[in-house]
Parts: sequence; C-alpha cells; structure tokens
Amino acid sequence: MAGIPHDHYEPKSGFSKWVETRLPVIGLLYDTIMIPTPKNLNWMWIWGIVLAFCLVVQIATGVVLVMHYTPHVDMAFASVEHIMRNVNGGMMLRYVHMNGASLFFLAVYCHIFRGLYYGSYKAPREITWIIGMLIYLLMMATGFLGYVLPWGQMSFWGATVITGLFGAIPFIGEPLQTWLLGGPAVENATLNRFFSLHYLLPFVIAGLVIVHIWAFHTTGNNNPTGVDVRRGSKEEAEKDTVPFWPYYIIKDFFALAVILLIFWAIVGFMPNYLGHPDNYIEANPLVTPAHIVPEWYFLPFYAMLRAITDDLWISQFASFITGGIVDAKFLGVLVMFGSILVMALVPWLDTSNVRSGRYRPMFRWWFALLVVDFVLLMWLGAMPAEEPYTSLAAIGAAYWFAYFLVILPLLGVIEKPDPVPATIEEDFEAHLAKSKAADDGTQAAPAE
Amino acid sequence: MFKQLAFGTAAALAIGLAPVAWAAGGEEAHIEDIAFSFEGPFGVYDQNQLQRGLQIYTEVCSACHGLRYVPFRTLNDTDGPGLPADQVRAYASEFQVYDAELEDTRPGLPSDNFPANTAVGAPDLSLMAKARAGFHGPYGTGLSQLVNGMGGAEYIYSLLTGYTGVQQEQAGTLFYENTAFPSGWISMAPPLQGEDVEFSDGSPNDLHNEAVDIAAFLMWTAEPKMMARKEAGFVGVIFLVVLSLLLFYTNKSIWAAVKKKKT
Repeated sequence: MAGIPHDHYEPKSGFSKWVETRLPVIGLLYDTIMIPTPKNLNWMWIWGIVLAFCLVVQIATGVVLVMHYTPHVDMAFASVEHIMRNVNGGMMLRYVHMNGASLFFLAVYCHIFRGLYYGSYKAPREITWIIGMLIYLLMMATGFLGYVLPWGQMSFWGATVITGLFGAIPFIGEPLQTWLLGGPAVENATLNRFFSLHYLLPFVIAGLVIVHIWAFHTTGNNNPTGVDVRRGSKEEAEKDTVPFWPYYIIKDFFALAVILLIFWAIVGFMPNYLGHPDNYIEANPLVTPAHIVPEWYFLPFYAMLRAITDDLWISQFASFITGGIVDAKFLGVLVMFGSILVMALVPWLDTSNVRSGRYRPMFRWWFALLVVDFVLLMWLGAMPAEEPYTSLAAIGAAYWFAYFLVILPLLGVIEKPDPVPATIEEDFEAHLAKSKAADDGTQAAPAE
Repeated sequence: MFKQLAFGTAAALAIGLAPVAWAAGGEEAHIEDIAFSFEGPFGVYDQNQLQRGLQIYTEVCSACHGLRYVPFRTLNDTDGPGLPADQVRAYASEFQVYDAELEDTRPGLPSDNFPANTAVGAPDLSLMAKARAGFHGPYGTGLSQLVNGMGGAEYIYSLLTGYTGVQQEQAGTLFYENTAFPSGWISMAPPLQGEDVEFSDGSPNDLHNEAVDIAAFLMWTAEPKMMARKEAGFVGVIFLVVLSLLLFYTNKSIWAAVKKKKT
C-alpha cells in the first residue's frame, strides 16, 4: 500500500513465508493495523470505530432476527411480536437492532461534522469523502427500508410518504413509484422487496467501508491541524505519527466502551424512547396517523422537504419558468436530495487552502451555525407542517444551501487564516507543554 | 482531553436526544402521572396488581377487546402475574379459540394466545401501553420522557378516569367527552365506574384503583419481559463501567511514553 513510509511485515517462520508468497494476507493485515496515524488526533476521531462496530452489530443481530421474521403483510407484525415474546433473547436482539440504528446515525453525523470542521474532505481525500457520502446514502436507504419491516402504522405510512417522493418527479414519477412499490400502493410486494433490499444493502455498505478505509489509508488520516504527515523518510514520519495499534485501537476501544455504556443503558431502561408509539399499532391502510413522522435521524431532511410550500417565492418562480412542470412538491424533493448532494460536492465548493477549521477564524462561526441549523431542522422536522414551523424550516434549509454554495466558496477568498503549525509534531509538543504547565500549576490530576 | 471529551459527548447528546419522533398535537390532553411500581431502572411489576388487572380485563375489557399477541402460558411467568400452572390451564379453557386444523373453535390451551376480539371493532389491547405515549413535551421534543417515562400506562389510566360525563351524538354514534383522548371525544362508553369487580383479597376497587391496576396489567401485556430487560441493562452497565475504567487506564499508560509522562 502506498502512503506514509513505515515498517512492513517480514515473514519469519516457514509457515508464514509459505502463506505470504501465495497470499500476502498477513502483510495486508499488518499494514492495516500498524498504519502510521497522526499522533495528535482528538476525541472526534473515534467515530470511525463506532461506525464499524455498529455495522457489525446490525448485521449480526439482523441475521438472527431474519430467522424468526416473516415478510408478509398478514404476518410481519405478529412475527415481530413473536420475536419479542417467544424467541429466546429475541426481545434484546430486536431492541439492540432498533436502537443500534440510532447509534449508527448518531455516530455518522458526528463523523460527518468532524470531517466538515477539520476539512477532511479536501484534497487529496475527495474520494474518501465521496465514498463516505455514498455509504451515508445507503445507510439512509437501509434505515428506511428496515423501518418498514415491522409493518406498524408508521412503517406503512412512512413507506407511503417516502415512495410518494418519487411519484412527484415529473413525467416518469408515477410509473417509477409503481415500479418501486411493485403495485399501485404499499402492499405485500412492497414489503417483500424492501425486506430483500434491507438484507442486501448492509453488505454493499460493508464493501464500500473497505474502499473508504483503503482510500484514507492511502492518503493518511487527516488530523486536527490539517497539516500533512511528513513523508520524506521513515524517521521523519515517525515524529508525526504513532502506529494505529496499540495507540489508537486502545483509545478508540475506551471511547467505544463509554458510548456503549450509554447505548446499553438506553436499550435496557428505555428502549422505545427513540421510537414512535404508533409503530406498535399494526399497519392499517384505512387509518392515517395524525402525524406521520420519520425516525429522528431523517428529521432535518424531512424538514427541508416540507419547507418547500406553494407560498414560497422560490416554488412559484420554479413553477413559472418551467411552465408548471416543477411544482412545490417536486421542488421539495429536489431540495431534500440536493441538500445531501451539496454536502457531497463540498471538496470542490470549499475554496480555502487551509484544511482545519481550527485556523479559520471566520469559518468557525459559520460552521457552528451550520450545526445549530442542523439541530434546529431536526426539531422542526418533528413539528406539524404548519406556521411558524414551515417558515423556520425554509430559513433553515436556505442556510444549509447558503453554507455550501455561497459561504464556503467566498470564505476561501475573503478570510485571513491564522498561522498553521509547520508540522504535526510541533502542534503535539505545544499541546503537551500546555497541559504540562497546567498540571504543574494546579497540581491537579493530569487530564490524560 | 476531558474538555474535548465533554464537548464530544455534549454534541452527541445534543444531536441524539434533542429530537424525538413525535409531533405534539394541537390541544394538550391531560395525562395524570402515576407512580407505578415498574417505573425507573429498578422498577418491577407488582404481581398482585397484575392479577387484579387480569381480573378486570377478564370481567370488563375482554367483552370488547382482545389480547391476540399474549400467550396464556405467560400468565404463569414469575415476572408477570405468576398464576399457578393449573390455574392458567383452567383460565385458558374458559376462552374459545379458533383452531385451523379443526377448522372450528375449541377451549383454549396454555399454548394458545388470548383470542382476538373484533366483535365491535375495538382495538386489540396487547400493545396498547406501548402504542400510546402520555408525555410529549416540552415543545414536542419528548425530553420529559427521560424523566417521566413514555407514559403509556399513564395514558390508559388517564383515559379510563378522564370521562367528564358529557356525551353527544354524531352521525348515529354516541361520543363521550374525555380529557385524555387526543380529539376530546371517544366512542368507547366509560368502561369502569368503580366497584366493577370484586377482588378476593378485598383490595380497594374504586375507579382510581381499578384504573391503576388495569393500566399496570396492560403495561405487562405490552412489555412482558421488562424485568429481564432491566436486569440485562443493569448487568451490562456494570460490566461496561468496569471495562471503560480498565481501558481508560490502559490507554493512559500506553500513551504515557509518547507524551513523555511518568505514569
């Protein structure tokens, strides 16, 4: 593997030489585990391990759940209750799988915003970023498909609303929706194909995760300074890095243990907190729930979708110039998918040559506002589609697009960045000196 | 380090806990907060209360409502009502269940589920305590559920005691005003008036106590393995606390050399 110069695996025993000349798998594992990693990574770099862990947990629990689940409209809901009541350990399996999805999305949002703040998307990591965005899209698809499987009221009506988005596409929308659903409405054919895809996509994600790791192992990890590891020689690189094992594996495992502590407390003591009560009512096509609300991790995008109403000048404008082809509904769909598209294109929208937000005094404030915007949109997505919520959501959506399409391109030109340390080592030593001074000053227990 | 850790955790909490998939309705329904025995991380079901609730279900609710997901045999669970096996058998045989092989009904066996009841189109009660949430605030974020719980059992209690006595007819159906029901008007006639059942141990059978008992029973039908779940939660949390501490000190000692510190 190209990248930062480091030690490579040398087979010693006769057996390992025999294996290594035929399939260099031990060497590959060694290079992956011992990859030189910037030694100044902070606690926002733990989410990758959490995400990998989530994927494994979701696949493991999911494979067992499938053994007891029946994908049929008349039996799906009852089979989930069968899992909850009659299958040994089924109740915990399902609650872990259900809340595991929430942990997965919490981790991916922390991971994405980490990348956005420290400029992890900038050259040469654009491919890592794009692959990551693809994984995120697949995660959303998988999460949505999985939510339909218990066949509760929110499953059914969520599926109806979300597939209805495709129906809003001009000309091809209706046939496309019928094709997706396998019929004119959400029914048994829909449940069956959603089940099949819900089982398939995690393995596609797993494949992309390998490519994601491959890509950033080639470029090297980003780090809080955004400064590259020196690659002139192995000695030089070693001043900036530590091997992934044991330094970061143990650190990440510690963080993972703390996160799992919170996760397990939620599973054990309030497993339905993040869910929706309506999904404990079996799907009924004749009764529409008072409020159709997606899971929390879709709410920001759901808010943007609903923010586009007929009253907005932008929808009237779009309708006018396209001769009515683009109506508010379709524009809402475009806005929702566009909000993720602009995020995927951020490597080419951000014009600043400084990677890390730490050295960008103006960027920091706009970024903080983006995080606030995201949380605000999440809340608005859970509110009914009425005033003042839709207007607030329209403002929130406008900021989301403005951040990526206007603010980031302009900031690179007008902002005067702070001085950036020359090397990672310099930054690491400076932090060390600072924390030492703090320790000596107060005689308090060292922070690390 | 701790500053960053605290920041990370706060960010995680802000994203994770702030929004809960619930939209508050227009009018706030009145939900009474009851101190049920099963609340909190260490809360357990009260076996006597579940048995009283079962009696209320049998004598009152079962006339219109089924419990189609609840197997009779679970009445024997020590974490549940804990009826002796012979009583469970006798109880089950009082219900007529449909047998697909006989293509006819027969008396129930402990291995059967409670029958569904669609006689008047009343909803099944198996999961009712999880299919409703009593608490939604503040501002529709659902954060109050962190303290109060979801409030499904509280909703059932409040519904049963929330009749104002006012009724009106709409399109040939009688609707009863109810302070807990989201729209304010419910088609179910007040099912409990107080002293609807006679408890063999002489427990109070006024409306309040009956409503509490049936709400607790329906919480059990919705979440029969709650006690096992909390036990697993507690053991797991203890295990993870120890694991976190061990990993914390391992991490510290590993990094000490890099950070040129004495351990």
